[in-house]
Amino acid sequence: MNGAAPAIRLTAIDKYFGAVHANRSASLVVQEREIHALVGENGAGKSTLMKILSGMTPADGGTVEVGGREVTGWTTAEAIAAGVGMVHQHFMLVPTLTVAENVVLGREPVSAGTFDRARAERDVERLCEQSGLAVPAGRLVADLSVGEAQRVEILKLLYRGARVLLLDEPTAVLSPPEVAELWKVLRRLRDGGATIVLITHKLDEVMAVSEHVTVMRMGETVANMATSDTSPEKIAKAMVGRDVDLAVRQGGGAAKLAGTPGAVALDVRHLVVRGARIEKAVDDVSFSIAPGEILGIAGVEGNGQTELLEAIAGIRGVTSGTITLGGADITHRGVHNRGEAGLSHIPEDRHRRGLILDYTLAENLILGQQHHYTNNGILDRHAIIDHARRRIVEYDIRPTDPSLPARALSGGNQQKIVIARELSRAFTVLLAAQPTRGVDVGAIEFIHAELRKAREEGKAVLLVSAELKEVLTLSDRIAVMYGGRFVAMFPRSDASEEVIGPFMTGAARGQVA
Amino acid sequence: MNTRTRVLLEESVLPPLVALVVALVAGDLLIMAYGQAPGVVWRALLEGTWGNSYGFGQVLYKATTLACTGLAVAVGLRAGLFNIGAEGQLAAGGFGAGLVGLMLPAGTPALIAVPLCVLAALAAGGAVGSVPGILRARFGAHEVIVTIMLNFIVLALLNYFVSAKLHVPETLHTPEIHAGAVARLSGTFDAFHGSAANWTIVIVLLAAAFVWGFLFRTRAGYELRAVGLQSDAAEYAGIRAGRVWFSAMAMSGALAGLGGINFVLGYKNYYEDGFTGGAGFLGIAVALIGRNNPVGVLLAALFFATLSQGGLAINAMVPKQMVEVLQGIVILAVATAVPEVRRLLRSAMSRRKAAP
Repeated sequence: MNGAAPAIRLTAIDKYFGAVHANRSASLVVQEREIHALVGENGAGKSTLMKILSGMTPADGGTVEVGGREVTGWTTAEAIAAGVGMVHQHFMLVPTLTVAENVVLGREPVSAGTFDRARAERDVERLCEQSGLAVPAGRLVADLSVGEAQRVEILKLLYRGARVLLLDEPTAVLSPPEVAELWKVLRRLRDGGATIVLITHKLDEVMAVSEHVTVMRMGETVANMATSDTSPEKIAKAMVGRDVDLAVRQGGGAAKLAGTPGAVALDVRHLVVRGARIEKAVDDVSFSIAPGEILGIAGVEGNGQTELLEAIAGIRGVTSGTITLGGADITHRGVHNRGEAGLSHIPEDRHRRGLILDYTLAENLILGQQHHYTNNGILDRHAIIDHARRRIVEYDIRPTDPSLPARALSGGNQQKIVIARELSRAFTVLLAAQPTRGVDVGAIEFIHAELRKAREEGKAVLLVSAELKEVLTLSDRIAVMYGGRFVAMFPRSDASEEVIGPFMTGAARGQVA
Repeated sequence: MNTRTRVLLEESVLPPLVALVVALVAGDLLIMAYGQAPGVVWRALLEGTWGNSYGFGQVLYKATTLACTGLAVAVGLRAGLFNIGAEGQLAAGGFGAGLVGLMLPAGTPALIAVPLCVLAALAAGGAVGSVPGILRARFGAHEVIVTIMLNFIVLALLNYFVSAKLHVPETLHTPEIHAGAVARLSGTFDAFHGSAANWTIVIVLLAAAFVWGFLFRTRAGYELRAVGLQSDAAEYAGIRAGRVWFSAMAMSGALAGLGGINFVLGYKNYYEDGFTGGAGFLGIAVALIGRNNPVGVLLAALFFATLSQGGLAINAMVPKQMVEVLQGIVILAVATAVPEVRRLLRSAMSRRKAAP
């Protein structure tokens, strides 16, 4: 910009977590004294990139430069010493200590060998004044609001002399007035000489506060624009990707019979579900699915899809509203009961929920249906092995030995176990959450074909996927979920990535059909 | 090597063997530190245990109690619960059996008396075990804390009952039971003469077979292991973890309680305060070395019983506490050997693959 070295220059960063390629030759250039937005869907690699920059995890390739100095592979301690600090999504504060004590923790002022509390409070109060971050220095952190706790996190960095602040989705936990307050503080810090990187997936925030924006998708940095030269639509396009035509054509043939008219397989009315961190992770959602119909839910992850499916499956309690399956109210039934009533569920996380990794293939293939493979409480081993052998052939699961632990299989074959189990049981409604996540191309095609087959057999399918392409390819209708609500509902023929994108990021709101 | 054999080797067979080797080496060093020849001491240890029928009988007797507490801990761990309360459950079981034996009229036929006493042991141990199960299921109270604390409560209560109500003057044990005594093995096999080994061992072998069948052949066992391995997946499968925790802890306590009959019905014919002598805590090590598998638990119980009896045999040459040190080393070695052995095996195999 002004010829000086940029505050941050990340070049060709690569990072693997096991088989996951989290950063693919990602680059980022941030000038001194600017607020730079780093946007992308969840899982795009934003946080990973920031963790590499702040020294929390080393990169597998590429270089990190801060203020013109190469610092690749540095530690968090070195990063903090050089004035680079990160505010995490999950606060790292000691709730039983005061604000001042938390801020100075690790660099406490000392007089006569003991902690000088008065000086700590004075220092912190002065820092509050300078930065405009108003927090009572003497109060216990446990008594603070979320917004105040976040200010303490920022104060901690300033106290250590941070000049480069990395904020990971700072507004996720804030109310609108707190957000406005945060923007004021960030601008003031920037005017005071600080450089700020803001991770977010909310486009209104990008437009409101940043000077530059870098977009990440699937581990790569795909765009870098001046905020004044761009628009939310352009950013949304970059976030979800442009190579969309192929998938649209592939899915075109599916929309012949959009369900049996009049019949309802699954009906959800005014459903409210509490999340782990928020009161209404699902906020008054209503919809129904007909037999032979696939309803796809598009949306950036973390907008209530997980909670919605868990509530329908019976794993998560419902605050209010009703769930009706084939005419029967199942709102308060247990998981097992719902399964008997005709509900099948491909859970989003096969390693945590869908499989017991130390159980054999055969044992996993009856998970949730163990009652059907039991005589007087004794497992019917012949039936179990027989079931396993047949599913292994039908679904082409490899290796084919039913006594192998699920752990020994590849991700794609593990997912095939889940698919085989859930599609081979008697069901009328299928919940399919991220059915092809982490699965290779061949298996994706296979799983898509299986879902279409279920639809043709008259099953109702509720599909949730982080892959917008997948939702567009398979669904008869598409709902867009944002902030716990269905913000839009499209018939397949009206939906495209360009139409849906703005709704996913909250940039547009529409009528729920 | 196919995957199944490799997993079996890595998980079940190699870690205890590695631990044994480590313990042997450590033992050699300890023995030499006392100025003795390791070969001589090891031989004495073996001769005093497996080398003569009295010693072997004592090993069997000690292994019987340890098998029960080991099975108890193993069942808990299979459900993902750490039962540290086997000591109290064992004592409660012994007390229950002794109490029924005292209440039955003298001359009750063994065919009626023994099953009644055994049931009492199972019930008493099970009752103590189910308390942490209920507290965990209903209130989320951590079973480790509850079982530890319950040990103190149960042992103190039993001490009170015995010393205040039931004891023979000048002792801390009850009068001899009137019925329910289990015969010594020496009654059938002369060679065991003098040893405490008794037919309780058959009951315990049956219990081990039952546990194996339960864990691996029943739906309840399938669900119990599912909760222990991955509680989220179990929840997804409609398994209620609370119920599993309760039944697993009740069963665990019952198994530990069963061990009480070995001393009370099979050896002394009375309940004595403090008869457990740490067998409940050693059950944790037995389950650990036995990889929570009933067959493994039986073998591990024999191993620890051998060490404990062998300590007496070598007492003249080295302090018998050396055996306790060895037990500790074995436990530490097994606890660390599992990932270590896997790593070594992996690197050895990748080297073989890389070689031309």
